[in-house]
Amino acid sequence: MNKVTAITSILLAGILTNNMVLSKFLGICPFLGVSKKVKTALSMSIAVTLVMVIATAVTWPIDTYILKDNLNYLQTVVFILVIAAIVQLIEIVLKKYIPPIYKALGIYLPLITTNCAVLGITLLNVQNNLDFVSSLFNAFAAGTGFLLAMILFAGVRERLETADIPEFLKGLPITLIAAALVSLSFLGFAGIGG
Amino acid sequence: MEILIPVIIVTIIGLVAGLGLALASKFMSVPTDEKQEKIRECLPGANCGACGFSGCDGYSEAIAKGEAEPNLCAPGGAEAASKLAEILGVQIDTNPKVAFIACGGNREITKTKYLYSGMMSCAAANLVHLGPVECEYGCIGYGDCFKACPFGAITMQNGKPVICEDICVGCGKCVNACPKSLISLIPKGTTVRVNCSNKQKGANVVKVCAVSCIACGLCERTCENGAIKVVDNIAVIDYSLCTKCGKCKDACKRKAIV
Repeated sequence: MNKVTAITSILLAGILTNNMVLSKFLGICPFLGVSKKVKTALSMSIAVTLVMVIATAVTWPIDTYILKDNLNYLQTVVFILVIAAIVQLIEIVLKKYIPPIYKALGIYLPLITTNCAVLGITLLNVQNNLDFVSSLFNAFAAGTGFLLAMILFAGVRERLETADIPEFLKGLPITLIAAALVSLSFLGFAGIGG
Repeated sequence: MEILIPVIIVTIIGLVAGLGLALASKFMSVPTDEKQEKIRECLPGANCGACGFSGCDGYSEAIAKGEAEPNLCAPGGAEAASKLAEILGVQIDTNPKVAFIACGGNREITKTKYLYSGMMSCAAANLVHLGPVECEYGCIGYGDCFKACPFGAITMQNGKPVICEDICVGCGKCVNACPKSLISLIPKGTTVRVNCSNKQKGANVVKVCAVSCIACGLCERTCENGAIKVVDNIAVIDYSLCTKCGKCKDACKRKAIV
């Protein structure tokens, strides 16, 4: 029972309270870049979630068994290296065995290679001393939180397309303001799930 | 000595990752069709989607698989089609097309119904009593086609879009953009076009526009080849029969054939 509570709390925190994009401000680049349409936002977030979980599954053992405590400072460098390689590998495997998914994710997979949200979640997992299973759930929660933020924001942006926006706010300025408002609304979740 | 361990660790991880990727790309490579790459090189790369596929890559894949005809690329035109035919070893017929806006009205000729002050888009204006222009079939002139043209072939002159036929590649993007369906693709090099789309009876048409087809049928009677017919109160030219003699043009008293 204790474990279930712990995992529920991780999921709640990852999706709502500590949302990757809206309260940790990681992965802002795809958040602003790929959120013009709900459909592309969905593809991108699914790809990010997938990569986050796989990256955590690989980086956690590397950190625990190879880097240990005395080589902690190598985390960033090694993780970037490993994540980049994993993303490439996932791309090759998908292209070979599951072409439909490869086509659906398309250009989003290579974009994730250097996504700071992916690096961020792997680093946060090991720095918070989470165990392996919790890390995986945390990564999944962060990915789902990213998905939620992307879809919500894509919806907002689709509405913005037809809105009558003052000339000087058109484009990026209004997008940033909208992002700030969406982010603000997520403050309301603070406190849920501990 | 202390620096050696991290260096070795990073090197080993890098090597493992690199070798892993190299092996993966060797054993799990997906053979790309040589033909497809050649075909892709012949396409202009505008990714306009006029062929009906997801872009030049999608189209080249479909051609390579034999699922698509090689003459669907509008921007590439005859040049691309003949190159593609050479690669595939087939014969194709090519007839380049250009877009034509069948409306002669502009800000001076056509009367205004009301003062519109909404979103400057034809599609939006069209929702309000079929647009601010008195002629409900006529060009609204807010430039939806101008915005849709990926090649810059449409310019706005005196509140009306004008197509430069040297630049136009007949991709058909503007055809879908026009809420009045005024734009159609016609064979390149034609000199006779019906410049009106109003399907109402003559008397109503005269009220709203000075250069309009009133379906009098004079052109139909003048044409020696039977290439021009009045259908639904509007003259329609069959370009397969038209000899570009221009007699209908002279016959039209409303100057609706240009």
